[in-house]
Amino acid sequence: MLKGWIILLASIAYLCILFAITYYGDKRADRGRSLIANPYIYALSIAVYCTSWTFYGSVGRAAASGIDFLTIYLGPTLTFVAWWFVLRKILRISKAHRITSIADFIASRYGKSTVLGGLVTVIAVVGIMPYISLQLKAVSTSFRLLLEYPAIVMPKTEYVPHFLGDTALLVAGCMAAFSILFGTRHIDASEHHEGMVAAIAFESIVKLIAFLAVGVFVTFGLYGGFGDLFAKAAARPDLAKLFVVDSGAYGQWITLTVLSMAAIICLPRQFQVTVVENVDEDHLRKAVWLFPLYLLAINIFVLPIAFAGMMQFPGGNVDADTFVLTVPMAAKQEGLALFAYIGGLSAATAMVIVATVALSTMVCNDLVMPVLLRIRAFRLHEKGDLSGLLLAIRRGSIIGIIMLGYLYFRFIGESVTLVSIGLVSFAAAAQFAPAIIGGIYWRGATRRGALAGLSSGFLVWAYTLLLPSFARSGWLPIDFVAHGPFGMTLLRPYELFGLGGVDHMTHALFWSMLTNIGLYVAVSLFSRQGAIERIQAALFVDVFRWSGERGSQFWRGTATVSDLQALVARFIGNRQADRAFGEYAKGRKINLSKMPEADAQLVNFAERLLAGAIGAASARVMVSTVAKAEIISIDEVMKILDETSQVIEYSHQLEEKGRELEQATTELREANARLQELDRLKDDFLSTVSHELRTPLTSIRSFTEILHDNPDLALGERERFLGIIAKESERLTRLINQTLDLAKMEAGRMEWQMERLNPKAVVEDAAAAVGGLFEERGVRLEVQLPFRLPMVYADRDRLMQVLVNLLSNAADFCDEANGRVVVWGSAKQDQITIGVTDNGSGMPKSAQKQIFEKFQQADTARRGRTGGTGLGLSICRQIVEHFGGEIGVESRLGEGAQFIFHLPTAAAVERAGAKGGQRHPLSQLIPAAGKRLRIRKKNEVPAE
Amino acid sequence: MAGPAKTSERSISLLLLGLLAFSPPLLVIFSGRATIFGIPSLFAYLFSAWVVLIALSRILAERARPDDGARVPPPGQR
Repeated sequence: MLKGWIILLASIAYLCILFAITYYGDKRADRGRSLIANPYIYALSIAVYCTSWTFYGSVGRAAASGIDFLTIYLGPTLTFVAWWFVLRKILRISKAHRITSIADFIASRYGKSTVLGGLVTVIAVVGIMPYISLQLKAVSTSFRLLLEYPAIVMPKTEYVPHFLGDTALLVAGCMAAFSILFGTRHIDASEHHEGMVAAIAFESIVKLIAFLAVGVFVTFGLYGGFGDLFAKAAARPDLAKLFVVDSGAYGQWITLTVLSMAAIICLPRQFQVTVVENVDEDHLRKAVWLFPLYLLAINIFVLPIAFAGMMQFPGGNVDADTFVLTVPMAAKQEGLALFAYIGGLSAATAMVIVATVALSTMVCNDLVMPVLLRIRAFRLHEKGDLSGLLLAIRRGSIIGIIMLGYLYFRFIGESVTLVSIGLVSFAAAAQFAPAIIGGIYWRGATRRGALAGLSSGFLVWAYTLLLPSFARSGWLPIDFVAHGPFGMTLLRPYELFGLGGVDHMTHALFWSMLTNIGLYVAVSLFSRQGAIERIQAALFVDVFRWSGERGSQFWRGTATVSDLQALVARFIGNRQADRAFGEYAKGRKINLSKMPEADAQLVNFAERLLAGAIGAASARVMVSTVAKAEIISIDEVMKILDETSQVIEYSHQLEEKGRELEQATTELREANARLQELDRLKDDFLSTVSHELRTPLTSIRSFTEILHDNPDLALGERERFLGIIAKESERLTRLINQTLDLAKMEAGRMEWQMERLNPKAVVEDAAAAVGGLFEERGVRLEVQLPFRLPMVYADRDRLMQVLVNLLSNAADFCDEANGRVVVWGSAKQDQITIGVTDNGSGMPKSAQKQIFEKFQQADTARRGRTGGTGLGLSICRQIVEHFGGEIGVESRLGEGAQFIFHLPTAAAVERAGAKGGQRHPLSQLIPAAGKRLRIRKKNEVPAE
Repeated sequence: MAGPAKTSERSISLLLLGLLAFSPPLLVIFSGRATIFGIPSLFAYLFSAWVVLIALSRILAERARPDDGARVPPPGQR
């Protein structure tokens, strides 16, 4: 048997455990060993979202309309999926600005506006009132149900248990007492309630296990698993219709999803646990999937319990909202029923505690304190320690808020289902969404816009949801709902401006969001921001750009350090203030006692410290009483803001440019090195050329002088001398011609008559041209060419020049006795090869490398004899390379030499030409520079 | 580890996927008499889509690189 005292004892024991956890959590926090510094506790604390609504109400909703209870949990899942954009940013902003509540957040964003903070607080208190009444209703109903065990009697509205008086009032009183114990034990500088968070996390575990226990019992104890249960339910037509969604439910489904997406951020208690109580931003990363997982787990058995309840109590005289309790009771499972009751109790207490703590903070910081500070009669500025006053205000407001909830329940909520009560609150909380989301992404949103949007949205909400609920409970004439105020049918609250045919929630959400977002945007567009507003807007929107301390650069404050510290101490207590200032000094390695004047940074620090206790708006007012902190002029603010964002923009561009420049510099350096090398080569070339020119000139001059000085020289002698002069002049001419050729080629000024040629014909012509020379030397010349060679693309005269040069070279190096030179040709794939092989003296390996350089000869001694200039092979190489081929030599000393050059066939050249165009001579001259710097005109090359 | 830009893209995509998965037209498609392991198809679909979304969300969150200065301890706090 479940006696009344057992239930009561269990409830009290449970609450005592909670309190012990809170106490322990706070103690641990004081000693710096936080109990809640892990993501699992954090995720569990967010599960305060699951209240009596979830525990009892979901089943009721499922029994009435099937699957759509799930939207309330899918919405938060979606919001958490998008955590990267919303939650993460809100969290970062709140950490940077030491935000203490949702009212503080909105007020801070819109220029630390006290009016806005007050408005948000009023909306929150009025809006959450139904939600708290829901918890009271659930707890008192479940208590009274359990009291009747084993009978299952629905508590009547007028029914008053004889020995406990009004259960709901009793529950309300207990809840208020516990909220005060949990949430307002002391004023914390950072508005953290670690003990409370630990207790909430514990409650989340209890309610989950309790719900799962009931679910498992129902599914596997009363029925043979999911399949059995669903099959039996499907057999009943009234239940089978809950298995599907009909297409008419579109609007409702979307409305509920959107509402719950907004609620998970905008409900004051969710903001409290998710944002304010967060100790480490990184915890969010795990919570984003752990919390949805929790939601999933607690919803698995909702449908089975709902169906089981409807099958167990077919008459419909048992309220579906109580199935979690009544189904185990009907099965005579008193232990399980008690556990379910405790689970429901934990769901309700968690919500009430966090919600009232969050709301009382808002009432204190954003409603009462600003008013008290404004009213000079209180002379609050001159009073000493105010932390006692703060606590008193908070405790008073907790009692007030819970009593409001109780009144709502007593007069309105008793006849309505849990979920429909809760949804009214969701719709109220959703009004904050535009101001929050807009505030963190839209820099231009103004205070006036937020005020207009919020107040209009709230009014429409009150008109379309709150007032009709009053009317339906008889507190307003019911005509108001049926025919509109004063008979104006256009203004019927459930069919505003004739918008009928949708459910009340969709209707209210549509109209409230229309006015809320509409006015928010429109007024923002047509109003100006004040200086503080602009600063705050920038700090909020660009929070990832500014670091936490950034705000200080916008303030020029002067105050004495002791004044500031005294001010802070009045609100958070001497000990805490000492510690905070001490840590500030230590962190910056400064000695505050030697610093009579506080700088702007310290003023800003004190303000933020204070904001943690009394909210940003009040903190602003308080600090201004001791510090002549004035905001620097708007122009300067904008300058700093713009400069900073521009600087960041520029620095990105600069980085890019820097990289490009670096690359260009490297290229230039390479080109420069190459050019210097060329310059040196040119100098060498000039000195070599002048030296080479001097030799024949000297010889010509000396013989000319001899002839001039000795007119009576014998005729034979004279002819011999004239022959030498003629030969040397010839050599001089050749040398000058070749030098000019080479210079032209290197400079790319040579005129080339490129055409398709038959190389075989050219070789044969060249052989014929040098035939005389070979005969004169007595050297045998053989031409070994295949029947056909592919055409090449070249300048005929130049190719001829190469061949003649190589052949005459070969002739020069052959012995006169049995000299033999072979000129041969072959073709392979895309190139032809032409070789000139002699059986002369050959040359050493070392000479082979240099032989194509200018004025390098394998055997210098022989130069005079053969009349070589040392430029021939150099020219050959230039020509062959211009044709896209290459030239080389193979030789061993004493075994003759073989000069070979390859040329691409005309077909290959044309193919390549179609692809990339002809190679420019300059690119051969300065490969590195020519390619990368894209020097197009040869005149631009400095080496010239 | 994914950079902020990549994480943003993935978050948006996942959100859109979630909105799609829970959109009424899809639910109507699954609103049949059919059952999967004895569970009505609509319920089976919703819960499994939910599980998949949570799993993807976990992968995304754990791969997101915590950006610099993620933890700014409020001054003067214990």
